[in-house]
Amino acid sequence: MTARSVAQPANAHRRPVDRAALAGRALEAFAAWILAVLWVSPLLYALWAAFHPTAYAVTFDLAAPLTLENFRAAWDAAPFARYFLNTFVLVTMILAAQFVLCTLAAFAFARTRFLGSDLLFALVLVQLMVMPDILMVENYRTMRELGLVDTTLAIGLPYMASAFGIFLLRQAFKQVPRELEEAATVEGCGTWRLLTRVYVPLARPTYLAYGLTSVSYHWNNFLWPLVITNTVETRPLTVGLSIFAAVDQGIDWSIISAATLMSSGPLLIAFLLFQRQFMQSFMRAGIR
Amino acid sequence: MPRLRPATRTTLVAWLLLSPALVLLALFTHYPAIATVWRSFHSTPRGARPAVFVGLENYEAMVADPIFWTSLANTGIYAAATVPLSMALALAMALLVNAAIPGRGLARLAFFTPTVLPMIAVANLWLFFFTPGYGLIDRATSALFGWGPTNWIGDPQTALGAMIAIAIWKEAGFFMIFYLAALQAIPPTLYDAARVEGASRWTTFRRVTLPLLGPTSLFILVNAVINGFRLVDHIIVMTRGGPDNATQLLLTYIYEVGFRFWDTATASALTVVLLVMLGLLALIQFAALERRTHYR
Repeated sequence: MTARSVAQPANAHRRPVDRAALAGRALEAFAAWILAVLWVSPLLYALWAAFHPTAYAVTFDLAAPLTLENFRAAWDAAPFARYFLNTFVLVTMILAAQFVLCTLAAFAFARTRFLGSDLLFALVLVQLMVMPDILMVENYRTMRELGLVDTTLAIGLPYMASAFGIFLLRQAFKQVPRELEEAATVEGCGTWRLLTRVYVPLARPTYLAYGLTSVSYHWNNFLWPLVITNTVETRPLTVGLSIFAAVDQGIDWSIISAATLMSSGPLLIAFLLFQRQFMQSFMRAGIR
Repeated sequence: MPRLRPATRTTLVAWLLLSPALVLLALFTHYPAIATVWRSFHSTPRGARPAVFVGLENYEAMVADPIFWTSLANTGIYAAATVPLSMALALAMALLVNAAIPGRGLARLAFFTPTVLPMIAVANLWLFFFTPGYGLIDRATSALFGWGPTNWIGDPQTALGAMIAIAIWKEAGFFMIFYLAALQAIPPTLYDAARVEGASRWTTFRRVTLPLLGPTSLFILVNAVINGFRLVDHIIVMTRGGPDNATQLLLTYIYEVGFRFWDTATASALTVVLLVMLGLLALIQFAALERRTHYR
């Protein structure tokens, strides 16, 4: 069907014009477009409301004047600068820890069969099903006993040893040819140099894929940060935004839209700039 | 230092490499899962009163609690609606943007955008869409069908449906890319063969495309079901489980009982129910994978 139409356009020209097929294709394009507009409509609305005066939030007039006033009002109404900093620190900390911990663990699983390796790997995979947010009641208790409630570390800690990351990197490391490893060993590479000079560089696309999924996940994560934080100094953007919108009780859609765009802005812009890498990364991360 | 046998050395190095990750996993996944079960048989410690063993009391109270049953039923409805609808839409989207239509790059982008937007941010936007009277959805329904204002998220009849719609909107584009990857991996020769046989487009889809998407569908299914249990951010900010618990799911109820009422014993019993459901899901997935390997 689709592959045929792409592969052999010449053939299609020679055949008499098949009106039904042509109409079908036009219908498909139309359906795709309707669906696409439907899908971005919340974002389009946010763009409209955020860049126009409040008076135009619910009336759509192409002649409406543009303004940045809503962004200024939102910025002044809540400590967004602090929230940005918190989220940035959080996401960086989690990513760095995940890269180190998952690399070490994945290396052990990929390269060696040792006593208990199958059982341990199964125990790691449990986290794919039972994610930390499901166990929030008990994890909150643990954090309280560790004296970590309301710290950035407490938001990140349950996610640092990521089963998903270990799984992905193990797959990538398994693809490294044994000959390369043998050659490196002959040259006198120890285990550490083998890991940092051979395995890690060869798995670079997997690191990119995992990094992008991890950053988007933790930039957007809400429930666990909501539970474990209670001051401006630790709250990430998502929690800050929810408090901001709850206080305003949906009175001023323009300012809420501006705040919404602001807090998803960096990730959204990164996504628009590197959309191919993003989609390929999510795809790569999903195929096990 | 005595020289170790190579096998012993390998095992030691492996354990050393694994230990940081394993410690954290044990601390925040394995231990809390077991502790939750333990805690569910004890009372909630309050002030100077420590927790005492109460046997099945928490479970008896849970079974007698109508909100528990409402949340369980809602979780079932939520998953049963979100999973198949988002998967079907994902497949439709993938087929549409895999075809040679004009502007398919933009369409693909549009479908995928909800994946990178925070659920909390989009909840605010959807709140506006669902506003009775001047919200975009009411304006559309009044223009198209002449309906009056509907309080979509304030009415127990429609609130859960509204939450499901948002979840589908969020998920479909994410699942689309897996279908897209699978579609692009199908060898074109198969379609050539189908064409030579004179198969119609529908037959080709049903007999060639669909069976080859089986493993991808299983993968998406498992992820969709897990998300069906835990995609609750928008519910917590938009309805807080209301009105009248119409959008109360198991996880939102755990949050409410655990962190609004601070009744950790009951929250633990509720969490055990969720853990059992996830365990069953793991078993089903395992069985499905087993069967697939037997076929090969």
